[in-house]
Amino acid sequence: MSVIQALDIGLALLVLAVAGWTIAAREAFASVVGYVAYGLLLSLVWVRLFAVDVALTEAAIGSGVTGVLLISAVVRLRKTEAPAAAERPGVVLRALAAALCTVVAAALAAVVLLMPDPGATLAPEAGQHLGELGVGNPITAVLIAYRSFDTMLEKVVLILAVIGVWSLASDGNWGGVAGPRRGARPEGALAFLAQLLPPLGIVVAIHIVWVGANEPGGAFQGGAILAAMALIVLMARLTEAPEIRRRWLRLALIAGPAVFLVVGIAGFAIPGSFLAYPAGWAKPLILLIEAFMTLSIAATLPMLVIGPPDRPPS
Amino acid sequence: MNVAIDIFTIVAISAGAVFFMAGTVGLLRFPDSFTRLHALTKADNLGLGLIVLGLLPQASGLLGALKLVAVWVLVQLAGATVAQLIAHALRRKGPPT
Amino acid sequence: MTEFLLAAAGFVLLTVAVGLLRVLGGPGNVDRTMAAQLLGTGGIAALLLVAAATGVRGAEDVALGLALLAAFAAVALTNSAAPPEGRDPE
Repeated sequence: MSVIQALDIGLALLVLAVAGWTIAAREAFASVVGYVAYGLLLSLVWVRLFAVDVALTEAAIGSGVTGVLLISAVVRLRKTEAPAAAERPGVVLRALAAALCTVVAAALAAVVLLMPDPGATLAPEAGQHLGELGVGNPITAVLIAYRSFDTMLEKVVLILAVIGVWSLASDGNWGGVAGPRRGARPEGALAFLAQLLPPLGIVVAIHIVWVGANEPGGAFQGGAILAAMALIVLMARLTEAPEIRRRWLRLALIAGPAVFLVVGIAGFAIPGSFLAYPAGWAKPLILLIEAFMTLSIAATLPMLVIGPPDRPPS
Repeated sequence: MNVAIDIFTIVAISAGAVFFMAGTVGLLRFPDSFTRLHALTKADNLGLGLIVLGLLPQASGLLGALKLVAVWVLVQLAGATVAQLIAHALRRKGPPT
Repeated sequence: MTEFLLAAAGFVLLTVAVGLLRVLGGPGNVDRTMAAQLLGTGGIAALLLVAAATGVRGAEDVALGLALLAAFAAVALTNSAAPPEGRDPE
């Protein structure tokens, strides 16, 4: 067994151990810590699988937005944690749940084990047309060109999610502010970090979006890092989130899908079909769409994490 | 020359790995949370610092080296802040246990 | 050289992960946060070592992203321990 095989097997066992621990933990806080660690190990696994785009997404979402979201859920659930833990379902229900989980796990394992070798792939076709699009990263080509309709709908789903969260606001708070209040005296070290980190984060995010055309990276990863920067400023209580009735906030939320849709409809007129890019214009249009999608993702994710407005508009 | 550089890399990375081990041992064996915090910050600073130092000669070009240093600086910033926050959280809870 | 870098990555990762698995069970949330922080740093170190050994393109950017967000989990975790309003650091 070579060193790299030993490393891969060790990594896989670690991921399994941390995953098992996260499920078995009885305390919500402890299982969130386990889950954050699991996400970090998973991004290492993606790098070992040469799926660096996915590793970047896991790193940006898993260690930024997801951790904060889960912790705020734990804080909100703290009052009900003890009664919920005391309540144990009956034997029959637990046996049924175990049986269902086993069936799902066995089906997934069967699908993985029964895959044809070598697997069916469209990778050569995807690689063939990269030149016409002017992008070097096949992942970006798939997301923004070959199956751009899916990508656009995914961004619409994010907006629907924000509408769903906002709809939980009470009537009096509609249009108001969500998230932590501005602190009278922010904690020194945290305030320092929250002032120093965002400029660096913005540079890294722009770098990741920009190289996304040719190297691993892209709008979602960059947007997730920007969203994390917004969250650290909110967590340090340096400022409050904008009121949700603000026009600029709503424009930022819809900018990405809107630009995508406009380019798509323009495709009817010039090349002749929805979401088709005119020859020679693919690269600039892809960059335009990516830029606005980054903005929308950066605005959407923090609004999802901080939840519905809990104070009325001023 | 290449051999000298490789030896430098091996020594620096091994030293970094020792600091990670020391940090973990400290985290598991030290008697109270404040001393465990002390062990944690050593691993953060020196463990990663020495590994980055060892990797610098192997880096691909100036940009790769700059990225390595940037990673270390960012982890320093995070580590220092987290140490402060954890110490504050511990002090709010009362005397060390 | 490649073998050495990979072995070092495995060693660092195994060490910090064993620490994490030991501490996750207790004694307290502060120690769990510390172990998660140590795993974060160790994971970044292992990623840099693996990237140098295998030459995967873009792996340094993953490390950069992880380093940028290294403080996040601990900030959220310590924030959750603090009283929600009227916090006074002194």
